[in-house]
Amino acid sequence: MTIQELKLKSVRYRKNILKYIYHAKAGHTGGSLSCVDILNVLYNKVMHVSPENFSSQDRDRYIQSKGHSVEALYVVLADQGFFPEEDLLTLCRYDSHYIGHPTKKVHGIEQNTGGLGHGLALCAGTAIAAKKDDLPVRVFTVLGDGEMAEGSNWEAMMLASHYKLDNLCAILDYNKQQITGANADVIGLEPLRDKLEAFGWSVKETDGNDVESLANTLEHLPFTAGKPSFVIAHTTKGKGISFMEGVLKWHHGVPSPELYEQAMSELDQAEQSLLMENIPA
Amino acid sequence: MEIVETKNIPNLIVFSETLQALAENDRDIIVVTSDSRGSGKLVPFGEKYPDQIVEVGIAEQNLVGLSAGMASMGKKVFAVSPACFLTARSLEQIKNDVAYSDNPVKLIGISAGVSYGALGSTHHSLHDFAALRAIHNVTVVAPCDNFETTEAIKAAAKADHPIYIRFGKKGLPTLNRSHDPVFNLGKGRVIRKGADLTFVGTGETVWPCVEAAKLLSENHGIEACVISMHTVKPLDDKLMLGTASNGAPIITVEEHSVHGGLGEAIASLLFQNSCRNKFKIIGLPDEYTITGSQLEIFDHYGITDKDLADVAKEMVADV
Ligand SMILES: Cc1ncc(C[n+]2csc(CCOP(=O)(O)OP(=O)(O)O)c2C)c(N)n1
Ligand SMILES: [Mg+2]
Repeated sequence: MTIQELKLKSVRYRKNILKYIYHAKAGHTGGSLSCVDILNVLYNKVMHVSPENFSSQDRDRYIQSKGHSVEALYVVLADQGFFPEEDLLTLCRYDSHYIGHPTKKVHGIEQNTGGLGHGLALCAGTAIAAKKDDLPVRVFTVLGDGEMAEGSNWEAMMLASHYKLDNLCAILDYNKQQITGANADVIGLEPLRDKLEAFGWSVKETDGNDVESLANTLEHLPFTAGKPSFVIAHTTKGKGISFMEGVLKWHHGVPSPELYEQAMSELDQAEQSLLMENIPA
Repeated sequence: MEIVETKNIPNLIVFSETLQALAENDRDIIVVTSDSRGSGKLVPFGEKYPDQIVEVGIAEQNLVGLSAGMASMGKKVFAVSPACFLTARSLEQIKNDVAYSDNPVKLIGISAGVSYGALGSTHHSLHDFAALRAIHNVTVVAPCDNFETTEAIKAAAKADHPIYIRFGKKGLPTLNRSHDPVFNLGKGRVIRKGADLTFVGTGETVWPCVEAAKLLSENHGIEACVISMHTVKPLDDKLMLGTASNGAPIITVEEHSVHGGLGEAIASLLFQNSCRNKFKIIGLPDEYTITGSQLEIFDHYGITDKDLADVAKEMVADV
């Protein structure tokens, strides 16, 4: 898939995230918008997983540790053909499988998450088992920066380098915010890269809202043979909607009808200009 | 009559206001949060008393361990986090650092039960009564209305031993106080009198019990007693045994798994005291809980005035 096509997908994913959150009147808007480019690149460019191979042991695994951003995952999985997109009209409704966090009831989802700080250990276990069985499986997770305060992450980090899990890749959606405020005010995470390297991981940094640099970063895995790979993906919470970018209240905000119109028209414009670029001169 | 006030303020708000009032005159009151200040409606607390709030980030084990340490220094520590994380993620810290070492932390489980509705089982706390009942030295409380919440928080501030208080975020009416005007930890409160059967509820399920009692009285001439068993542990044995002595059916109702909660606590007490009343435990069954709003979930599992009245009617007819 070309970078141009990926960019177009990101815009369309954002439109769908907003559309279904608006319809459900619930959702973790900011965090879904900040990590959707990462999911885009993982599913369309990096991972070997699709509805066709989903029952094969050889498939790559994605476990979303920051489970609250499930809307981003839903729209990407729908686009991959795991389920009809219209299913998302039931998001968060009574008896729907499409609840506010990932569950295995939804085709394409590997693990039930939502409590923060669980994904990395699940991934490490999956990665060790794959190695024992000599499977070509690679395991991916997306973490939140606020989530990094959970000690369980650091336990799993220690283990992953000890067991040389170079089939494991963790990507941090580093939007610098959590619910209460900036990470730096809530509980400091920096110097992050030093910490990760001290824990034995091979680290790269990238713009996590730029599909091209994400694709380049993730093209060759592992970054170092014998080490787990960590991507610090610098992102913006609420990315793509001018009035949401970096604004705390959109962590789980649902736009009013007026703001919804405005957000959608911003995304329509972004889509139009991408389509224009695409027309050969 | 059974409902004395219908401003329908969530217990969560009352909790925050009560805590602010207490903190004003007591610098030893400390709130500890885990990125949960907004969910706990404690932003105003943080603004007014910046020196009396400690933020730990998304690290619930640290929240409880740290609270135990502060409590050991004489601070009156309210550790505030969603009930689901506070009582599962940090269970070992509760068991060892709080209960076993007897550090009098006030554990506040917000958005308890199925308050988080469609966020699913990771966010539901349907295990907390069971888990904490099995740990020695933790008082377990689920206030049913604004009055009980205020009193429970005040009692917690004074408590010399660990206490866990859980509540939801739904607006609630304040229930009748004429029979039991005072709140004491460990003493259930009679909200409504009646000799034909007894509903024993706790937390947000007391209100549907009261509404069911009204339906039974109006439509069937059945008079139900309603008890708010706000303290799930230690259980008010005296009140329960006295209530059971008339031989009328007993229905327990809780926003918790049917395993290990209020219902089983009462069943155990009654059976071991040779009470053989007709008895039914209503709560969340042992299955993957359906999702939807809190009220949709209540509806699905029969925690509504109408469903409770139907069950009661059958049990009374059957005696
Ligand atoms: C164990 C646990 N504690 C608390 C929460 C509640 N919670 C959900 S999202 C969130 C903030 C997450 O911040 P961050 O990891 O930075 O995610 P993002 O900014 O990408 O949304 C919190 C505290 C949770 N889901 N799990
Ligand atoms: Mg963040």
